[in-house]
Amino acid sequence: MSNTRSLDRKSAVPAVVGNPDDFLIICGLAGASKDIAHLTNDGDNIFTMAGAMGGATAMGLGLALSRPDKKVLVVTGDGELLMNVGTLATVGILKPANLSILCVDNGHYGETGYQESHTQRGVDLNLIAQGSAIPITRTIDSEDQISEARQLLRDSNGASFILLRVNTEPPPSIKRSMDATERKIAFRKALLGNA
Amino acid sequence: MTSEYGGQETWQKDLYKLLRSNEVKLFCYVPDGGHKTLINESIADPKVLSVPLTTEEEGVAMCAGAHLGGTKSVLLMQSSGVGNCVNMFALLKNGQFPFVTIVTMRGEFGEMNPWQVPMGQGVQPIVEAMGMHCLRAETPEEVSTTTQAALDMAYKSNQSVAVLLTQKLIGAKPF
Repeated sequence: MSNTRSLDRKSAVPAVVGNPDDFLIICGLAGASKDIAHLTNDGDNIFTMAGAMGGATAMGLGLALSRPDKKVLVVTGDGELLMNVGTLATVGILKPANLSILCVDNGHYGETGYQESHTQRGVDLNLIAQGSAIPITRTIDSEDQISEARQLLRDSNGASFILLRVNTEPPPSIKRSMDATERKIAFRKALLGNA
Repeated sequence: MTSEYGGQETWQKDLYKLLRSNEVKLFCYVPDGGHKTLINESIADPKVLSVPLTTEEEGVAMCAGAHLGGTKSVLLMQSSGVGNCVNMFALLKNGQFPFVTIVTMRGEFGEMNPWQVPMGQGVQPIVEAMGMHCLRAETPEEVSTTTQAALDMAYKSNQSVAVLLTQKLIGAKPF
């Protein structure tokens, strides 16, 4: 396993995601929510969190099960995923073909002062995803792997998990809505009409 | 040896029919003896999604995600599972997500396992502290009416509701 952390999330996350309009996106708290809110200008196809740590993957799974006709992307961080890493096992038994998970792994808890996370100390979330029976898993840590990752998120026939290893450069600044009720209503209106 | 615990099949099958007639399609659960009939009905039903969880809090977030997609859901758990969900309930409160959980109670009427008692006592104050409604069913007759009330409060008034299937109803688990 490589320990390279040379990619900057501000360029690597948009490059891996590609056109965000291809997905319904659930974002884990802090950095991942800022990455995607910035990329989409806080769009109505994303639901971002600033709490409920450990819930992003399960929320994306519920959405993917509800809407097999749509591609669902979970974008979250290493710390958020570690808080409920068992959810990977629940994804692994179901293997929804329309669910992809992008874990932006900077090895640190950026929101609380950049304390090291377990992934900085040898824990490999890609191996945990593999061991959880998720069919397609990759670690991406260099520019030349990014186009493959972008394709996997879209085309994988079975749930996929991408571990994107990045340096500790901060996420982009974005003023996003913290009103979860307003964002829920906007998301549902965009997806379901006035249902 | 078979026991009567959790095995009151008539009202549990009626409860499953009620959930289905209300278009509940996603059943999330951590395996539980008191919910055995409901869980098995959901596994056998090709028209629903029956999802075992590694921890109950996954189900809270999963039900919220399903609502974003337009699917009604229910989380089945035991009283001890409520303790695993507390921070995730914040998602429901902030987002005013409709949510129904059916909780089989341990640690109250006639409990013989002391390890069940703390969460048995904690369930109602905890869910109410997190902004949820707590409705108790004490008799088989109350199960359907209480669950229907919970579904209406959730899906017509955007409330989070815990339905407690009390230990008086399901019986104390024999050891």
